[in-house]
Amino acid sequence: MTRPTPETLAHSARRARAGAEPATADQVAPATRAAGPATPGVRQPAPAQTSGAGSLVRSLEALDVDVVFGIPGGAILPAYDPLYDSTVRHILVRHEQGAGHAATGYAQATGKVGVCMATSGPGATNLVTPIADAYMDSVPVVAITGQVARPAIGTDAFQEADIQGITLPITKHNFLVQTPEEIPQVLAEAFHLASTGRPGPVLVDIPKDVLQAQTTFSWPPTLDLPGYRPTLHPHGKQIREAARLMTSARRPVLYVGGGVLKAGATEGLRRLAELTGIPVVTTLMALGAFPDSHPQHLGMPGMHGTVAAVYGLQKSDLIVALGARFDDRVTGKLDSFAPDAAVVHADIDPAEIGKNRHADVPIVGDARHVIDELIAAVTTERAAGHPADLGDWWTQLDDLRERYPLGYEEPADGTLSPQFVIERLGKIVGPDAVYVAGVGQHQMWASQFISYERPATWLNSGGLGTMGYAVPAAMGAKVGRPDTVVWAVDGDGCFQMTNQELATCALEGIPVKIAVINNGNLGMVRQWQTLFYNERYSNTELGTHKHRIPDFVKLAEALGCIGLRCENAADVDKTIEAAMAINDAPVVIDFVVGKDAMVWPMVAAGTSNDEIMFARGVRPTFDEDDV
Amino acid sequence: MNLHTLSVLVENKPGVLARVSGLFSRRGFNINSLAVGETENPDVSRITIVVNAESSPLEQVTKQLNKLVNVLKIVELDPQVSVARELLLVKVRADRAVRGQVLETVALFRARVVDVAPDTLTIEATGTPDKLDALLRDLEPFGIKEMVQSGTVAIGRGSRSITAGPALRAA
Repeated sequence: MTRPTPETLAHSARRARAGAEPATADQVAPATRAAGPATPGVRQPAPAQTSGAGSLVRSLEALDVDVVFGIPGGAILPAYDPLYDSTVRHILVRHEQGAGHAATGYAQATGKVGVCMATSGPGATNLVTPIADAYMDSVPVVAITGQVARPAIGTDAFQEADIQGITLPITKHNFLVQTPEEIPQVLAEAFHLASTGRPGPVLVDIPKDVLQAQTTFSWPPTLDLPGYRPTLHPHGKQIREAARLMTSARRPVLYVGGGVLKAGATEGLRRLAELTGIPVVTTLMALGAFPDSHPQHLGMPGMHGTVAAVYGLQKSDLIVALGARFDDRVTGKLDSFAPDAAVVHADIDPAEIGKNRHADVPIVGDARHVIDELIAAVTTERAAGHPADLGDWWTQLDDLRERYPLGYEEPADGTLSPQFVIERLGKIVGPDAVYVAGVGQHQMWASQFISYERPATWLNSGGLGTMGYAVPAAMGAKVGRPDTVVWAVDGDGCFQMTNQELATCALEGIPVKIAVINNGNLGMVRQWQTLFYNERYSNTELGTHKHRIPDFVKLAEALGCIGLRCENAADVDKTIEAAMAINDAPVVIDFVVGKDAMVWPMVAAGTSNDEIMFARGVRPTFDEDDV
Repeated sequence: MNLHTLSVLVENKPGVLARVSGLFSRRGFNINSLAVGETENPDVSRITIVVNAESSPLEQVTKQLNKLVNVLKIVELDPQVSVARELLLVKVRADRAVRGQVLETVALFRARVVDVAPDTLTIEATGTPDKLDALLRDLEPFGIKEMVQSGTVAIGRGSRSITAGPALRAA
């Protein structure tokens, strides 16, 4: 097997920016998020004559960008010349989709803006999926694309695509740069928009002749965004009303979404939860926002959530939603969701409030400010009155937790259990690592059977459900936090969509670890075929078992990684430990697991949360007098 | 239909109309009419949108519009205290036999004839959508050969005005 020599790896490491690794997004996020119009003034280089491309690269430097993921091509080529000499590290990926997800993984792991770059036409359209992914999960990403020269725009020129038009519905905002003079301002605005308010992807499309033209670079530019004023501080009256409900409710639940992680509000959340004694559920996007081991944590709600979390919401008399958006995967059939609950809904995006579920107390604000002010208001409220006793509520919830814990059965056919593999991975690797999942059964099991104790340790594609997210996102996360162990938990279907980025990882010295939960099938789709299509397995068999095509161990080696295989339970621990011992190259483990394991519990799509199934054919029993 | 008239002040930049109209279609909001033009401030355009709030709650529409970075301000115009007008150009069959009757209708609605041909008259009329509908009903029996209508434009009554204002500039 040919792998990069230690010299090339060392070279890559030297090129990687020195500096302490940010411990958590919690600590990093505020600096970025506080970015006002003044932030671009962190560095103040002297005005200088340069090309538009030079101005672009100097803007990235001034914005403190340390890495860009991308691929050059005709229209963006001028930008790659000054990039060659820049302090900004460019990581040459194998597919633009990889660049986009890597930028997302980087942003989710560090709290900073992730940057990706591509050429016009197909380069830009290959970014569409990761941009849509970042939009759905509110990830701060800036995508820079080359465009054909201004006179050629609209002529169906070679490699022309209207990427501004294409990405209108999937970006927070986008720009088509018209003159070289505006490049610093547009870049600064793009970073400001991406990282403040409700974060999201911003695309900057730059025509080739704009990159080539001469201009003067000066910094800092003035931001001109008159229509953009996110509300950070909540309204005091609403906070007091929320606090009053939170102290008087008898069956309250804190419904925590990804906004709490993005706001860096996890410490506050813990204080608020412990002050009030209210049970907490964390959504798929919020795993790690509240320690899984905390006694007040009921787990994840939703389609594959815990029985306690699903029923906790369903039977509650008060839902306090913090940075969550009442997504259909959480609510199930909307009109039967939590019928008795009053709703306090806090979100930085006013459009989320009341979108799916009426909010009795709407609160617009940054989750960090909202939680801090709720703590103060609840403290006052509790001092003034008698907070409701939650003892009965906890008795019911504890009973559910005890009777319906997360679990799985060993496969009857003696095959390796995928849940067991993931559970052991979490136990051996521990809560300090970053786990990155693809989409499907393995993602749900990774959300269920690994304990997340800290923010920014769980990355996945929640809203868009992008298969192929894991490998490039893990690459981005590892680049952002090189001293942290980064594991991708991927499926054999997902892995075959984006594994080419392992070549990037091998060459650039990015030693990620990939656990392929290989059940030979598109497992989640197969599960639905089992449950809803009479076991007619139309086009879900991938042949990775039957024909061992591809052979993931050989594939890993071909991509410059170390490939390992594990096919039985006895080898699981030592295979994971062997992977943990390798730090100078990416490692892929092919875990050959049974194909019949299913994800439980499950609320079938379009049904009510009341109809949650604990396992196939097993409905939890509830004493109606309980609630 | 539950129609509401929104005045949306936007930055006068390329592509802003596409952002606004694209938002409506992808969120499933129904536009009844849309008109756009410059305002007293050349940096600001004003879009008047009449939306059917039965299909989508007006609050969601305005909140989503407000999220567009180029949108500066949104005001809902109450029909009781605002003036709303549409422009209609209609080409009506009007030979010698009926021309007198057509002109009578034109006068009745305080419309104007803007072009004359041996067998047609082209009529310009402004007014509320209701008035223009009534005019068209009266002209229909003569034979409408062609017509074109603008979207509604609307403005509040009284001395108060909607402007982007200096406050908005100090973002």
